[in-house]
Amino acid sequence: MTRELDVETIRADFPILSRTVRNERPLVYLDSGATSQKPRQVLDAEREFYERYNAAVHRGAHQLAEEATDAYEAARATIAAFVGAPADEVVFTKNATEAINLVAYAMSNAVTAGEGFSRFAVKPGDEIVVTEMEHHANLVPWQELCRRTGATLRWFGVTDEGRLDLSNLDDLINERTKLVALIHQSNVLGTVNPVQLIAERAHAVGALVLVDGAQSVPHMPVNVTELGVDFLVFSGHKMCGPNGIGVLWGRRELLCAMPPFITGGSMIGTVHMEHSTWADPPQRFEAGVPMAPQAVGLAAACDYLNSIGMDAIAAHEHALVEYALKHIGSIEGVRIVGPADAEARGGAVSFTVDGIHPHDVGQVLDDLGVAVRVGHHCAWPLHRRFEAVATTRASFYLYNSFADVDALAEGIREAQRFFGVARS
Amino acid sequence: MRLDAMYQEIILDHYRNPHHKGLREPFDAESHHVNPTCGDEITLRVLLKPADKESDGSAAIADISYDSMGCSISQASASVMADLLIGKTVDEAMAILDEFTALMQSKGQGEPDEDVLQDAVAFAGVSKYPARVKCALLAWMAWKDATAKSLATQRQEEAV
Repeated sequence: MTRELDVETIRADFPILSRTVRNERPLVYLDSGATSQKPRQVLDAEREFYERYNAAVHRGAHQLAEEATDAYEAARATIAAFVGAPADEVVFTKNATEAINLVAYAMSNAVTAGEGFSRFAVKPGDEIVVTEMEHHANLVPWQELCRRTGATLRWFGVTDEGRLDLSNLDDLINERTKLVALIHQSNVLGTVNPVQLIAERAHAVGALVLVDGAQSVPHMPVNVTELGVDFLVFSGHKMCGPNGIGVLWGRRELLCAMPPFITGGSMIGTVHMEHSTWADPPQRFEAGVPMAPQAVGLAAACDYLNSIGMDAIAAHEHALVEYALKHIGSIEGVRIVGPADAEARGGAVSFTVDGIHPHDVGQVLDDLGVAVRVGHHCAWPLHRRFEAVATTRASFYLYNSFADVDALAEGIREAQRFFGVARS
Repeated sequence: MRLDAMYQEIILDHYRNPHHKGLREPFDAESHHVNPTCGDEITLRVLLKPADKESDGSAAIADISYDSMGCSISQASASVMADLLIGKTVDEAMAILDEFTALMQSKGQGEPDEDVLQDAVAFAGVSKYPARVKCALLAWMAWKDATAKSLATQRQEEAV
């Protein structure tokens, strides 16, 4: 039995949540799917790094450089443990998008990187499999990889209910499949995908599996061993951490077999005028002075989330989603885009309102202090699938309350009144 | 409520009953513009009448028609623009476009020239919301693009 969250106490940790917006309205922040707010503990950790240990890590032998390096590597261990991984399997990137690009570019760079890297080489005839519900970040890099290498891009469709259509699983993932890349929890539909099932099929035919955990790692317990995948990516800023840091987790033997993506300082073994060799992972993938203060901040975010409990956070969001599906979904003229039940569904609720464009819904909500996302949420093909130009999305986190959902419902009704489409 | 400043009655009227909507023949250039942040789209056609003595050496806008989907601001803006520009010379219309663009970029501080912009002054409130400025400019950019194509074609034909 997980304990209920004390939302009021949690909210006190987030300074921004006490500010007002537009005509002194209290802020109702329902856009955590885009970026989360940051608790004081994270801000303090980043500040403390700058005030006490700031130095370029993995360079120099002075005391500050040692302490900064220790703090950076300790942060790596904390963040790795957060997803049940050993520290040396975690690579820091700018964000989840860059982490995906790192793998995609490693796969095309492998074509010319020499024998040691041929395992990753992608060639004509190979297939990359994605899904129709991918965020552009987990679609465009694979389109581009296929364009560079002559490989073929294939994808799982999405059912009317907003679940993956797995009816052609065995056809889509076959002996030609090189890699399957899929979103763990849809940023639009909220759908949590059956990653284990897909990974089993992929591994049975020798394909690799990359999971985009940008919307799952912040919101539910995620363990890389239990997921049974090969790569997991996520972003710090969506999980109470700082901007500018993301994570690529990869199985050690795979990281060792991958050529670099971005080259430069501190990712090298030896450098001559004519050629260079590469450092072992994770350093091989961390060219240039890394974002140590952000790593320390992200580790503090992991500690913060653990102190509350990922099970408790997931349960809280589940309750919010059930409440939202009931109270938003029942407003006349509102269509939920995504599963109508809260089973295997995370805290993103996207919807359309008959007769009002999502931009206009969002504008009315904004006027009432309710911050939501409008547009296609970087999932344009998915919106096309549901014949929606755009949607309005409310996304929840540990600091949201049932009252926030009530404010959203009231705002939607206000938009209907304002644009004259209310039925009652 | 601040919303009323943005959603002027004139905007809501044009949104509900858009003018010149629906693609028409004849036309001599067409452009398709998309707002990549929200997916709103417009396909816009222009028909120009070549410059003659009466038009001070500038081609005249004989017709503008469009098909579009999008928010109230983008839809109303297309409607107001078509009303405003049809019958003007291209030079006059470019001057109106400049005035409208300046108003949109004014962050709520602009003092629009009502003689030039007429109904389009209603969009002044939109300039306070940077995220919506693109909505208001979508049709205007499509018109500018289509007009440039039409003029380029005319020049090519004259050169032959």
